[in-house]
Amino acid sequence: MNEKTMRKSRWQTVIFLLIIIVLTYLSSAITSFNFIDGVATIPKAIGWMLSNLLVTQETLDKLPNILEKLAETTFMSIAATTIAAVVSLFLGVLGSKTTKVNNFLSVFARFIASVSRNIPVVAWSLVLLISFGQNSVTGFLALFVGTVGFLTRAFIESIDEANQSSVEALTATGSTYFQIVGKAVIPQCLPQMISWVLFMVETNIRSATLVGILTGTGIGYTFDMYYKMLNYNAVALVTLCIVITVIIVDLISNYVRKVIL
Amino acid sequence: MEATYIKRKKDGRINIKWGNKGDRVLRWTLVVLTILTVVSFLFFNYAGLELGSAIRETAYNLNVMFLEPALSHLDLGEAMYQVVVTLSLAFLATVIGAIIAFFLSLMAATNLAPVGVTRIVRVFVAIIRAVPTVLWVLIFAIAAGLGSEAAVLGMLFHSIAYLVKAFSEAFEEVDKGILEALRSIGADWWHIVKSGVLPSTFTYLLSWIFLRFEINFGVAVAMGAAAGAGGIGFDLFMASGFYFDMREVGFITYAILIVAFLLEVISTRLKKRYFPATTE
Repeated sequence: MNEKTMRKSRWQTVIFLLIIIVLTYLSSAITSFNFIDGVATIPKAIGWMLSNLLVTQETLDKLPNILEKLAETTFMSIAATTIAAVVSLFLGVLGSKTTKVNNFLSVFARFIASVSRNIPVVAWSLVLLISFGQNSVTGFLALFVGTVGFLTRAFIESIDEANQSSVEALTATGSTYFQIVGKAVIPQCLPQMISWVLFMVETNIRSATLVGILTGTGIGYTFDMYYKMLNYNAVALVTLCIVITVIIVDLISNYVRKVIL
Repeated sequence: MEATYIKRKKDGRINIKWGNKGDRVLRWTLVVLTILTVVSFLFFNYAGLELGSAIRETAYNLNVMFLEPALSHLDLGEAMYQVVVTLSLAFLATVIGAIIAFFLSLMAATNLAPVGVTRIVRVFVAIIRAVPTVLWVLIFAIAAGLGSEAAVLGMLFHSIAYLVKAFSEAFEEVDKGILEALRSIGADWWHIVKSGVLPSTFTYLLSWIFLRFEINFGVAVAMGAAAGAGGIGFDLFMASGFYFDMREVGFITYAILIVAFLLEVISTRLKKRYFPATTE
């Protein structure tokens, strides 16, 4: 790196930082976000949390009810992720450069993935809520659609990254398309794919809370109900239960990931 | 190759468990996930569900949404403005989050900080990450009042947790030789960070920040809808939850979709142009 390029890159950094600062200023003007107020609320909020978000003896009576809803939500996220993984596996195989059947289907698979990923889960859950009503299926479908989009992209990337030589070897022996996919591509990518699926399970448990608030199901609804009843002790208990569940799932998936990858 | 080797147990019986530990865990994971999925369909609450008519109605709604988008309660300018508000919320949370996450992740990287400190930061981050963003926003909304402050702070918490994890992993992959070389010439901690760690990880950090910005846009839409934090998400919620106006829902969905597509394209372009190494 000579002096000239260093000076040039320094200028680039300065311009980049200036753009960021201007954008930050504009954004805070548009959203009327006051930085000093924002900072000042953090200690206030933490103080409030410490004094109000306490799990008391009375709220423990609600624990069975909360745990039941939490189980419903957890199962819903797992089911949505697993079934989405099966669909994504097909779309991923169709969409990947290595294993595509033809260009049209490849573009089609990528298009489906892109659309279902970029339309937010919120939009899906609100639209599905209107006709499916307040039940687990609404949340399940909303999570399912978003997960298909994400997992298809991840699967396409894993298949593209996989080693080509085994595919080539099987092609050379005259294997059929399904033999190549089943014996060369999938076994090679399976650990990667499982790792993504586990990541999605964890993410979906968190998103399920959001979907629950919107569609009135599961743990999200329980949270929203106590929140609106200003029963903050119960809110604390619900939050604590969610945190523990997510951390347990996180620990399990970290263990599995460490062993299989 | 150990082709004719037969694994035996201690008492001489042939070990019929095939595969290594990784394969076994993999198989068990698949089996457990399948069982849980089947079980969960039994657990579902099917209250008030009529599948046939629900599917028909949804198909009709989606048809109206995507083929006849129109605005009725908003005008185009207002809708655009709300999209900008959502983008701004996401931008603020990302920028502030990235700055805080940078310093926290220096404390979370095992090669830059003492083990005790990294443990504390990691546990702290894991707990923050486990609470869904919407709960953070709602909790902050009580303390700070409903507004952009609560939304940005709530999203900030998650952005920090996410970026600390990504950043500290990037820092830990920095070549040991660079750190050692700097230490050997008597550089102090800040010099090491500034001239050793930062230059070699800067591109990774930026691509993570872009990725988080994309995520935060989606989160900001969600926060508008679920926590009333303003922006296009709130309009989406009003259009579908209060007015049942599928045409407007369609229009707003298209607006969100276009912005999300643009963000994706821009970030891929930027990555390809400035950081060819990270797009591999």
